[in-house]
Amino acid sequence: MYLELPKHLRALKSQAHQIAKNVFRPISQKYDQAEHEYPKELDMLAALMDGLSAGGDKSGAGIAELKQEVVTAGVRNGSNMAACVGLTELCWGDVGLALTIPRQGLGNAAITAVANAEQKERFEGVWAAMAITEPGAGSDSANIRTTARIDGDEWVLNGEKIYVTAGSRADVVVVWATLDRNLGRAAIKSFLVPHGTPGMEVVRLDHKLGIRASDTASITLTDCRIPKGNLLGTEEIDTKKGFGGVMQTFDNTRPIVAGMAVGVARAALEHTRELLGASGVKVRYHGSLHHKSAVEAELIRMEADWEAGRLLMYKAAWMADNGIPNSVEASMSKAKAARVANAITLRCVELCGGQGYSQNELLEKWARDSKILDIFEGTQQIQLLIVARRLLGKRSAELR
Amino acid sequence: MDDNKLMNDVLGGGLRALTKLADSPLVERFGLHDRTRKLVYEGARRAAGAAQRFAPKSAGTSSEHSPKFDLSLSEEQQLMRDTLRRFADDVMQPAARQSDDSGAPPEGFLDTFAELGAIAMAVPEPLGGEAERASAVSQMLVAEDLARGDMGLAFAALSSLSFVNAVVHAGNEEQKALLLPPLVEGDGASAAVALVEPHPFFDPHSLRTVAKRKGGELVIVGEKSMVAVADQARRFLVAVDVPKVGPRFVVVERGADGLGVSRETAMGLGSAGLGRLSFNKVRVSEDAVLGGSAALEAQGRAKYDDAVNRGRVAWGAMALGTSQAMLDYVIPYCNERIAFGEPISHRQAVAFMIANIAIELESMRMLVYRAAARLDAGLPCEREAYLARTLCADKAMEIGTNGVQLLGGAGFIKDHPVETWYRQLRSIGVMDGNLLV
Repeated sequence: MYLELPKHLRALKSQAHQIAKNVFRPISQKYDQAEHEYPKELDMLAALMDGLSAGGDKSGAGIAELKQEVVTAGVRNGSNMAACVGLTELCWGDVGLALTIPRQGLGNAAITAVANAEQKERFEGVWAAMAITEPGAGSDSANIRTTARIDGDEWVLNGEKIYVTAGSRADVVVVWATLDRNLGRAAIKSFLVPHGTPGMEVVRLDHKLGIRASDTASITLTDCRIPKGNLLGTEEIDTKKGFGGVMQTFDNTRPIVAGMAVGVARAALEHTRELLGASGVKVRYHGSLHHKSAVEAELIRMEADWEAGRLLMYKAAWMADNGIPNSVEASMSKAKAARVANAITLRCVELCGGQGYSQNELLEKWARDSKILDIFEGTQQIQLLIVARRLLGKRSAELR
Repeated sequence: MDDNKLMNDVLGGGLRALTKLADSPLVERFGLHDRTRKLVYEGARRAAGAAQRFAPKSAGTSSEHSPKFDLSLSEEQQLMRDTLRRFADDVMQPAARQSDDSGAPPEGFLDTFAELGAIAMAVPEPLGGEAERASAVSQMLVAEDLARGDMGLAFAALSSLSFVNAVVHAGNEEQKALLLPPLVEGDGASAAVALVEPHPFFDPHSLRTVAKRKGGELVIVGEKSMVAVADQARRFLVAVDVPKVGPRFVVVERGADGLGVSRETAMGLGSAGLGRLSFNKVRVSEDAVLGGSAALEAQGRAKYDDAVNRGRVAWGAMALGTSQAMLDYVIPYCNERIAFGEPISHRQAVAFMIANIAIELESMRMLVYRAAARLDAGLPCEREAYLARTLCADKAMEIGTNGVQLLGGAGFIKDHPVETWYRQLRSIGVMDGNLLV
């Protein structure tokens, strides 16, 4: 048993940290204020990341690398752990900017998880967003109304999608739609819809509490026609299998969101310790917790919770890397890391008083950014449902 | 050449400038955006290529051998785990209620435990045991599995084991030769560690039990509480503050002049046979200091600090075991308990409490495991052990109180074990020492 970051991922971690520190932090406030303005600095970053991989750095921290590994001999610390480590560092810099790095969209994770070889080739190097939520269906994604019907060699999509992260900036949107609303989850499939396809339109960009550097789009699909080959996975409806492929994406992306939470929470904790340190607050890992100042004890408690989120994330990623099914652990890691990150970033603002609340510091921004992490990729409550259903052996019809 | 450093120099130095450049209105106005982008791409590609070339050729194989993040157990650990879980289920759980009431482990319990060979498995072969090497992870797993059976009985069973662990890690050669064999051979001998003192804000680093040096001897005055199997232990490992030296462990024989042993009852853990030790000018030789009189020098401090960390891992493991028992108990109960026409587990208010028990238990587990694994890897562990203790103190009690809550009135009645676990889990925030891995 060994629960430290392996040596071969340390290079990746410090590279991501350099990007976070030297690219993200200097422009963090700028794009928080200039919402909807495209951060052109990120084109450089995308070029840099492509250059790194062309140059032979195989550490592969990208979201597009995520996959459940088949079991191999020996222990692996592979693409899932690498992605967690990378995103943690990037989000230490800025969550919103990390979400708008070209070609690192959640749709890319879906392509990696479900696409066939032909699709992978055709969509290589694209930036793919993911469109699931609708005005009438959020967490209950089985209830989506966007439809897909076959017409000759084409799928015809109709519906409305909201809260699409990178929905206007991405090249392609992975749209969830149902083949038959009467057949429930099993009939829900995902489709690759390139921007520019007639019938798909970005109708609105949301103004948000946080992650304002990242665009969040509303998209309408009106008789939007795409080639038959743009369906991800199989068109077969297997009612015994439920969601199948599309949901599997979440087992891989939830630990990543946990990592994002771990990153932003660490930023807040570190900076708060710096600011409070200037006022003479020390953190010592000895002596009775109850004999410490209230603020020192609180910093330690927050750090313990933060460590828990971090290690649960590593555990879930380690399981994916080693071919161990990890749905429950992925949900646990996201539930813990995200709620802890939200609590920590908010508390850090409070502990630093006016300095924390002021936009002279980034603390208040982190407290706004962190909230989304407990919402997207499954809210806190959805994670608890997933964990509880598994522990209690309940179907979703029983434990609703 | 450190490839990591090279990469960071290239990245760190250039990144800030490139970020500025990207933002420059000139870049866009003169259509330089694409060219700048190419420049960045080429720069990064070359940097990555260079880093690869500079990396030693063996880099691939050496990273194969450097440790990876790994939660799997060794075969030896898995074997021990299977044995102890059966023991916990078949021997400990059925005996828990009565021994809690009577305030002592059942007759023969410690002998049965000794027969499992857990002590031999804690001691490395060269010292007369059967372990490949001493392992904090293995000892932590033992504590977790036993506490799943019953925390009080686990405390009793782990008492001698903790003494052994301390001697293995901090004893000198004479002490190892003298103190280990009787315990490894399991001739009924038992021992206990006494660190906790009965006062608020107890801190293992500022002890009130004092051992003054006097002519080659130490004269001990003070009080220790919540010592397991106090009425049976033949030897105690007592934490004392030696003025101008600092905290150290000393071995005190039962029956030493001035040593008083009295029964102590507490909120929980009664089945450990708790006792209080009083030291009224107990004299021991300086050779009785763990590590010998040499440990009275500055370097003895590190061994003491290490023992404190080991104590925190041990109590963290106790928290894991009992919390796991609680989770395993409330799941079938809430599935079977019908209210308003359906199992109460169909209600989110109930189901979410159970999910949170599982999430916080796994959180505690990761922190405790990591601290233990760092001990085995020889890495500093003060912070990790302290954080593990902090999290366990809060979350284990939360699990204890929510476990009783989930059973409602039934949880308050001794027909169910959850009230025992509630009382036991309060100890996690209190105990700091008296056990160690």
